[in-house]
Amino acid sequence: MMTVELLLNILSWALILLGSGLVLIGSFGFFRLPDFWSRLHAASVIDSGGMILIILGMCFQAGLSLITVKLLFIAIFLIITGPTATHAVANAALVSGLMINDRSSNNKIREEDLKIEKKE
Amino acid sequence: MFEVCLIVLLICVIILLWRVYIGPTLYDRVIAVNSIGTLAVLIIGVVGFLTERPDFLDIALLYALINFIGTIAVLKFFRYKMVDAGQKLTNEKSGVYDDS
Repeated sequence: MMTVELLLNILSWALILLGSGLVLIGSFGFFRLPDFWSRLHAASVIDSGGMILIILGMCFQAGLSLITVKLLFIAIFLIITGPTATHAVANAALVSGLMINDRSSNNKIREEDLKIEKKE
Repeated sequence: MFEVCLIVLLICVIILLWRVYIGPTLYDRVIAVNSIGTLAVLIIGVVGFLTERPDFLDIALLYALINFIGTIAVLKFFRYKMVDAGQKLTNEKSGVYDDS
């Protein structure tokens, strides 16, 4: 008979595997994406998706106890600082003039934009 | 279950370390190190669960705090003391905000 214990185990097992899958996808994104600006997306996949699912999976595994409270503190803190840190890096990169050399789209459009900018 | 998660996390850390090694610009390295930090938090949590020691989570929380501060410190350092040597992709404007 499906006891609550078994149900919780299955749920946390699924969450943790989903979370580690997302972390894998995020790090594969780091490996595969062409330039810095698209790698920001990969970083936020790890920071938000993977982290939250794994911590939720651990929370279900721990049940209602002090451990879950600690885990939720960690999750809340990382939810707040994860995007903030990624934003800070993106802002610093933009300020430092890191050019967006967009290899994915053809660069002719890019040169036309630059020409227009120079005219104005 | 936790073993699988631990192995996957360690693989991801290795991929991110590879990105830190070859990252062309400084900022690739900063986000890779930041992501390694959050992965470290998760690894500490999972190891804490594996070894049935709940006090690991305090270490994980502390590590999350320090990781964030470390990332911001590196950015602040490079913003006000612009090191141009390693930034191939940065164009010549990089020093313009050197208002230190």
